[in-house]
Parts: sequence; structure tokens; C-alpha cells
Amino acid sequence: MHDASMKLKQKQPRRYIFTQKLDTFFFDVYAFGQFVARFFRALLLPPYEFKEIIRQCYMIGVKSLSLITLTGFITGIVFTKQSRPSLSDFGATSWLPSLVAIAIIRALAPLVTGLITAGKVGSNIGAELGSMKVTEQIDAMEVSATNPFKFLVVTRVIATTCMVPLLMLYMALLALLGAFVNVHSNEQTSFISFIENGFHNISFLDIFSSLLKSIVFGFTIGIVSCYQGYNTTQGTQGVGRAANTSVVLAMFLIFIEEIIIVQITNWFRP
Amino acid sequence: MEKKEKHIDRTKLVISIRDLHKSFGTNHVLRGIDLDVYQGENVVVLGRSGTGKSVLIKIIAGLLKPDKGSVNVLGNEVTAISYSGLEQLRLRIGFSFQSSALYDSMTVRENLEFPLLRNSKHLSRKQVTEAVEKALEAVGLSQTINQWPAELSGGQRKRIGIARTLIMQPAIMLYDEPTAGLDPITSMEINELINEVQQLFNTSSIIITHDLTCAKETGDRMAVLLDGQFVQEGSFEDVFASGDERLKSFYDYNFIT
Ligand SMILES: Nc1ncnc2c1ncn2[C@@H]1O[C@H](COP(=O)(O)OP(=O)(O)OP(=O)(O)O)[C@@H](O)[C@H]1O
Ligand SMILES: [Mg+2]
Repeated sequence: MHDASMKLKQKQPRRYIFTQKLDTFFFDVYAFGQFVARFFRALLLPPYEFKEIIRQCYMIGVKSLSLITLTGFITGIVFTKQSRPSLSDFGATSWLPSLVAIAIIRALAPLVTGLITAGKVGSNIGAELGSMKVTEQIDAMEVSATNPFKFLVVTRVIATTCMVPLLMLYMALLALLGAFVNVHSNEQTSFISFIENGFHNISFLDIFSSLLKSIVFGFTIGIVSCYQGYNTTQGTQGVGRAANTSVVLAMFLIFIEEIIIVQITNWFRP
Repeated sequence: MEKKEKHIDRTKLVISIRDLHKSFGTNHVLRGIDLDVYQGENVVVLGRSGTGKSVLIKIIAGLLKPDKGSVNVLGNEVTAISYSGLEQLRLRIGFSFQSSALYDSMTVRENLEFPLLRNSKHLSRKQVTEAVEKALEAVGLSQTINQWPAELSGGQRKRIGIARTLIMQPAIMLYDEPTAGLDPITSMEINELINEVQQLFNTSSIIITHDLTCAKETGDRMAVLLDGQFVQEGSFEDVFASGDERLKSFYDYNFIT
């Protein structure tokens, strides 16, 4: 076996444009780009799988709701608690609601929701499609005259793209609730004045940019994990790798997108 | 055997493959395959692991694209057909996968309903249920209807996989190692099932196997794949009476006398 492979190598020396690793990297990027293009083509052409989209949205919601609820509420409490000392040094604890609301709506809610969904839903999609691939279920779907790309990939990507913004809003709400609980128990602020104070500095641009971010995050999670799952090779080992890579890559891209979108929205700030 | 012979219509070709080539990278798997399957005929493709048997039937079902050659299935050139044309053609092909390929996330009932609900939208709920029950009955597994694939044995999964393809009443059945990994008795049952399917629906089949009992029981004609080409073709007796050295190891391994 070793001899044979050596012979093969001698016979046909593999040429690389750069190095082997770099070539593989660029090839992967190219293949991913094609996958994205295929998604948009499939998105526009009928038939549309409405029923499956609804089912996927529901699954994603159900899967991540409890985790988002818990994380949102705790993030609100902890963030408020940790911010208080630095404000009280200046005797400015009355700014707390405003500070917290800005932090939550502009930054925390989209990012935390994105990361949690990447972990929870991304790994799930990667593993599910990956195991369908290696056990020939995707082939089986194809031979029973159902386009598996439309039925499995397009529906999931649409579902994550729609659900992450909703989950983000929900998380922002719970984080604000957590913040209110903490502010109320320390400064006895009423709910009305907490809201008035908190939303005083929130602009339409803030909410818009957070929604935009979560839509982009949702799309990223869906397309990355579907790509990984759909292209799984090498049996059960590959399934684990697909799930793992889905999460790592989605999180990585989320951070990059976060930076880019923040930069862009800052240009529009007065 | 003779009884079955009557069903074969030698004037009607359902699958016709000419000079088929397929490689994966530097791995030249299929090197010039010619194969004809007639209406009502069971053709067995024998060959060692890794010779490209699965690749061959995946090309027939349009799951893989050949590099060269023509593949004609039920009068359609698979290599040149449009995607929607291919989908229409696939409705007439039943594919029983090596790994059964049941949908894990669905119960047995849902697995069987899936192709029907998606392709025969005009059917009423009752007709779908009836079709599912009939297909399960044909494979003798009516009691498993509400179970999950994970709860079934390997042989049961194979049979459910076959039932799922039967439900669309295909003209061609492609079996990828139907008896691999099954005990002799279960294998026998699968062999009988393949023959029953052939008689009931008058399907034409390609049966891929390296199980000689299965080949003998189900096949009207054998084709032996070796190094990407068919090296022997004919009835079971002809192929193994030929005394071809290359088949000897096969023969010994299967302990057939
Ligand atoms: N999608 C693929 N990509 C790359 N190589 C492949 C692919 N499918 C099959 N091969 C290669 O083609 C060869 C034949 O594979 P195939 O699955 O057809 O074998 P087989 O005859 O069905 O064997 P078995 O009896 O073990 O199922 C193998 O060397 C395999 O590595
Ligand atoms: Mg095989």
C-alpha cells in the first residue's frame, strides 16, 4: 500500500499553485461560494417547501428557547450588576438603565443570540445533515424525486435567517427584564422610569442594525452548518467533524460580520 | 427458474449501458462497462468490494455523473436528461440502498409515506394509508408501522427500504447488496422477496451482491465485475462452470458446491 502510493506520487507529481494547504483552503472557499450561489438559485425557483420551512422554524425556536431565556435574563442581571460600581464612582447610577439598554440592544443581544444559536442549532444541523449524508439518506431522497438541496438546505437556511432575529428580540427583552430586576432591587427605580430612561438614547438605527446583524448571523449559521453537513465524508467520524466545524466556523464568521456591520452603522451615526 | 424465464421480454430493453467510464481523481473505477437489462429480467452484478458496483447503479439512478459513455434507462439518456426529466424517470426506479437509508427522523409509516405524499399529491389520506399498509404487508412487516428505524434490525430495515421503493410501483429495481450482513435465513427471506417483487410487479432488476446464494436464487443472468470491466456474463451455471481462475477465489469463499 505504501509502495503503491509512493509509485503513484512519482508517476504523477502533484502540482500546487501555492502550497497544498493553501490550495485546499482556496478550493474550500470556492466550493463554499458555489454552495451559497446554489442556495440563492434554489431559493428563487419553485417548488417552495413552505410546510418544511415552518417545521424547521418551530424546531429551531423550540431547541433554543430555554437556553436563550436563561442566558438573556442572566446576562441582563450580571451586566447591570458589574456596571454599577464604575458608574457609582461618579455618582451616576441614574445612567445605569440607559447604559445597559444601549449595551444590550446594540451589542449583547445580537451577538449572544448569534453565538448561542450557532452552538445549539449549528451543531445540530451539521450533525443531522452529516449523518443523513453518510447513511445515504440524502441520496435516497434524491432518488425518490425530492430535491434534497431544496428540502433540507434551503428550508433550514431560511428558518435560521428568520428565527435568529426573532430570538434576538426575545433575548433583548429578557435581558432588559433582568436589568430591570437588578436596578429595581438596588435603586428602587420604577418600571416606567426604567423604560423611559433606558430607551432615551436608543435610535431607530440601533434597532435596525441589530436586526440586520441577526439576519446576517442567522443566514451564516444556516448556510455554514448546511454546507458542512451536506458535504460530510468519511463516515461517522466525518459527522462529528461536520458538527464541530459548523459551530467553530459560524462563530468565527459571526465575529467578523459583527465588526464589519458595526463599522458600517457607525458611518451613519450623526 | 423456467417459470420466471417466461416473464422476460427479450425484445424490450429497459437499461442499456455502453462504454461507461468513471473515475474519482486518479482512481479509475469503471473502465468501459456494457450492460443490457431486458424487461422482466433480474441481472446480478457480482464483484469484490470496491470494484465499483455501487458506483454503477448510482450512475444508472443519476446520482453520479459518468465521465464517458451512454446510459439509457427506459428510453431516456440519463447523462443528457434535464433535472425535471430525471426526477420523472426516478419515479420509475426503485433504489434499495446498501445501508437501507431509512430516514432516521421519521417513523416507518412516515418513511413510506414520504415519496407518495411528495409525488402523488392527488391521493387522499385514506389511499396513502392503504398504500403504506399494502407495501408493508408485501414485505411482511405490518407490525412495525409505528416504530422508528433505530428500533429495527438490519434485515427489517432492508425490507422497509424495499417497501419504501415498492410503494411507487417502479418499473426498475436496483438492489445494492440486499443480503450483506444478514444471517442465512434472513437472506433467504430477502431473496424470496426480490423474486416476489419481480413476479408481482414484473419489474426488471439489477441486484448487486457478493453473496453467491443470493445470486443463484434471484438472478436470471450474472455479470461479473472485475477491475472496472465485466469479465464474465451468463447464467449462474455458465459463469461458474467456466472454471475462470479469477472467479475461483470467489467461489471458494462462498463455499458453494
Ligand atoms: N463519491 C465518491 N468519491 C470518491 N470515490 C468514490 C466515491 N464513491 C465511490 N468511490 C470509490 O470508488 C470505488 C468503488 O466504490 P463502490 O462503492 O462502488 O464499491 P462497491 O463495489 O460497491 O464495494 P462494496 O461491495 O464494498 O460496496 C472505491 O474505491 C471508492 O473509494
Ligand atoms: Mg457498494
